[in-house]
Amino acid sequence: MKSVLPDCPGQTVGEALLRRGVSRREFLQHCGLLAALLALPAAAAEQLATALAKARRPSVIWLSFQECTGCTESLTRSASPTLERLIFDLISLDYHHTLQAASGAAAEAAREAAMKENAGKYLVVVDGSVPLGNPGYSTIAGVANIDVLRETVKDAAAVIAMGTCAAYGGLPAAQPNPTGAVAISELVKDKPVVNIPGCPPIATVMTAVIAHYLAFGALPELDGLGRPKAFYGETIHDRCYRRPFYDQGKFAETFDDEGARRGWCLFKLGCKGPVTYNACATMKWNGGVSFPIQSGHGCIGCSEPGFWDGGGFYEALSMPARPLQAGVAAAAAGVAAGVAVTFFNRRKKAAAKAGHETTTLEDLEQ
Amino acid sequence: MSERLVIDPITRIEGHLRIEARMAGDTIEEAYSSGTMVRGLELILRDRDPRDAWALAQRICGVCTLVHGIASIRAVEDALKYPIPPNAQLIRNLMIAAQYVHDHVMHFYHLHALDWVDVVSALKADPKATSELAQSISSYAKSSPGYFADVQKKLKGFVDGGQLGIFSNGYWGHPAYKLPPEANLMAVAHYLEALAWQRDAAQLHAILGGKNPHPMLVVGGMPIAISIWPEHQGQGNGPHHQGGQGGTALDVTGLARIQEVIKSMRDFVDQVYVPDTLAIAGFYKDWFKQGEGLGNFMTYGEFPAMNDPASFMIPRGAILNRDLSHIEEVDLNADNEIQEFVSHSWYDYAGGKDRGLHPYQGETRLNYTGPKPPYDQLEVDKPYSWLKSPRWKGKAMEVGPLARVLMLYAKGHGQTKELVDMALTKLDLPVTALFSTLGRTAARTLETKIIADTMQGWFDQLVANIKAGDVRTFNEALWEPSTWPKHCQGVGFMEAPRGGLGHWIVIDNGKTANYQAVVPSTWNAGPRDPQGQAGAYEAALKGHVVHDGKQPLEVLRTIHSFDPCIACAVHVVELPAD
Repeated sequence: MKSVLPDCPGQTVGEALLRRGVSRREFLQHCGLLAALLALPAAAAEQLATALAKARRPSVIWLSFQECTGCTESLTRSASPTLERLIFDLISLDYHHTLQAASGAAAEAAREAAMKENAGKYLVVVDGSVPLGNPGYSTIAGVANIDVLRETVKDAAAVIAMGTCAAYGGLPAAQPNPTGAVAISELVKDKPVVNIPGCPPIATVMTAVIAHYLAFGALPELDGLGRPKAFYGETIHDRCYRRPFYDQGKFAETFDDEGARRGWCLFKLGCKGPVTYNACATMKWNGGVSFPIQSGHGCIGCSEPGFWDGGGFYEALSMPARPLQAGVAAAAAGVAAGVAVTFFNRRKKAAAKAGHETTTLEDLEQ
Repeated sequence: MSERLVIDPITRIEGHLRIEARMAGDTIEEAYSSGTMVRGLELILRDRDPRDAWALAQRICGVCTLVHGIASIRAVEDALKYPIPPNAQLIRNLMIAAQYVHDHVMHFYHLHALDWVDVVSALKADPKATSELAQSISSYAKSSPGYFADVQKKLKGFVDGGQLGIFSNGYWGHPAYKLPPEANLMAVAHYLEALAWQRDAAQLHAILGGKNPHPMLVVGGMPIAISIWPEHQGQGNGPHHQGGQGGTALDVTGLARIQEVIKSMRDFVDQVYVPDTLAIAGFYKDWFKQGEGLGNFMTYGEFPAMNDPASFMIPRGAILNRDLSHIEEVDLNADNEIQEFVSHSWYDYAGGKDRGLHPYQGETRLNYTGPKPPYDQLEVDKPYSWLKSPRWKGKAMEVGPLARVLMLYAKGHGQTKELVDMALTKLDLPVTALFSTLGRTAARTLETKIIADTMQGWFDQLVANIKAGDVRTFNEALWEPSTWPKHCQGVGFMEAPRGGLGHWIVIDNGKTANYQAVVPSTWNAGPRDPQGQAGAYEAALKGHVVHDGKQPLEVLRTIHSFDPCIACAVHVVELPAD
């Protein structure tokens, strides 16, 4: 594997860590953890350590467009690597509105300098969608978002679309999409784009994908919707701790009945776990203390394209009343549709039989 | 000849804010505040299930996560006259309080501190003297010379590496930085400590709401069921036979974790946040003399009392012209009180741009008439912002921590009086010093302590309820839309960390017909109204002396003292009335 990261004596990540008093042992442990997170073979940890130690901290430019800063807030909650480790030891976060010291012209100068010094090698992270309806709908330093994106991405090595708004348009693009908001992948065609959907994404997924790129100079394996398979390969339903109750036909009928208190399945309360591909059930949130289903609310499907228009959050899945994957057709056109759509088709078949009735256990198990 | 100062992007805030100022020499004559991003969520909420509204509304902002969700479910519950169980109220109170503590600490260290703290100067500090300074102001455990030497070594390594990352192009060495190197080093250490602390603090939301940011809520209570059976005698096939303990995150383990988080919040506030604020403020006393702005303050009220949901720990009211001896009543439903104007905003009203509309009658039509991007300068005599100009009885008002602390102080709230008087005595300042940039910052710190201290009582009450066999968290009575009236409307209000927040909803035939939010940062960051009255930011910046226009540290100090949240402020959730 050839790394795009330059070997830079005196400024490498390994040296940065040593200077900051991080021992080699700690560093290797960290790499082992990363490898495990990304489901890489054990040998990859050593390779990762070697690559990381030699790399100059890669420049990351973070652009915020039509967003709510929830993605950045989530990033600060990351446990491994922590945000401190990420921005002081592993990357050089050269432009990030919420965290950077400089404002105004000095901030823009920092972005321009990072682009120039790291041409071809820097990573662009984007949160938020881009409005095409009118350039005045969203500007930074008087420049329309689309122009900031084009200019910044031009010499980038790769682009990470962070969160559902950047990945699929998200809430701004929900019906009737008043500002003409679009996903980053619709605007960036000549660079690799990784989608890390979620509203917001799980913190550790965000940092792990950056760390993977950092270590290997390449993007992790993606599915047909541009998502890293390591985190978006299975549905929440398939990995949910409440799945045994689903299999037994035990369902909470309301939010605090006896079933709800015992942790029975939330399917009847509208849980979208069966059609949502994300790692919430396995990695969980905020240091692993819970995830929405464990706190008694069904999954709302926030990492799926078009989930805002996929029907009420409390309507039990019923197909094809309002297809959750409505937005997928466009996003996935021409690419392998991926397991999500396969699943969708299977459900659709079941639904055709069941008409507009709530999907039954039998339907799901076909 | 007057010059224009332009700062865009204003960083270390939430959202997209641009400040322009007309300068007379180095002094700001007039300032203009512009929100430069709109999403138009107003049309998106229409015709959806009102029970879903909270999830969409919550995405107004991920920094003020929770608060728009809470205002939304309260609006629906107000419209439906939908009572919630006491446990749900307690859980909401705990989550709102946790939001305050988490948000205010992060604001101080990660958004505001670099206005006062020179990171590079910390390299010159003597770790031993830093340790003495730290130990003289607090009992916080991490205060040894070795600890500070270690932080300094890491910082040195970072700076020597030549890649400054988020500190690139900072205004290091600017003469307005007044802290001695030791205080700078202490603050840098606490910047890092606060980053680690907040990760754990967010766990309270994660346990009770499933995740943070954007925890889960539900109209009619809270979705989190309580997986504790205190009445069970520990024998036979009890609930644990079929799920039970561990059924939800709110089991005995979760409860214990929440207790730990509350304790860690109180410890961090008492041992780090409060002493740091007072220590840093002591070096910047001239910032207690400028940056006030309007002198009018308003609160909506928060933390409903358990025995009387209509009374609040933080009362509702308005203070005009700094007069703390007289509190005006505020009615959120009165047509002639809260109104929004668009004369300087990129929106149209059917009845003309100079009218003021109460939120129930509000309208939104996007109409961008600003300069074509890319542009250098706004035309400030025309519309110049995506924010509207809310007014109370025609007056521009400041909302937020200073408004709340003044309201509590004016009403004679015991702990507030004690804390404010302690801070003023320590800093040797008069009460009028509160009306200032640092007064605002200090008020935020003091209210954090008041709220953090109050959390324990709510937690104890929740435990007592469970012990007494009350585990209800949700009221099913009005869950089905078939039980609702054909037409109803309601307001959900709260004190968000950044100030009074109101959501207004109209429900027709089970669907959202009209939904509007008037948001704290709109009050503070909004543009001029038809009378030419400035908004709070604009008024507060007037008269500031800017040492170096390329390094506008002075402007950032005052703007950050408000803790801007522009995604919130841009009027995102408003539907044309029928």
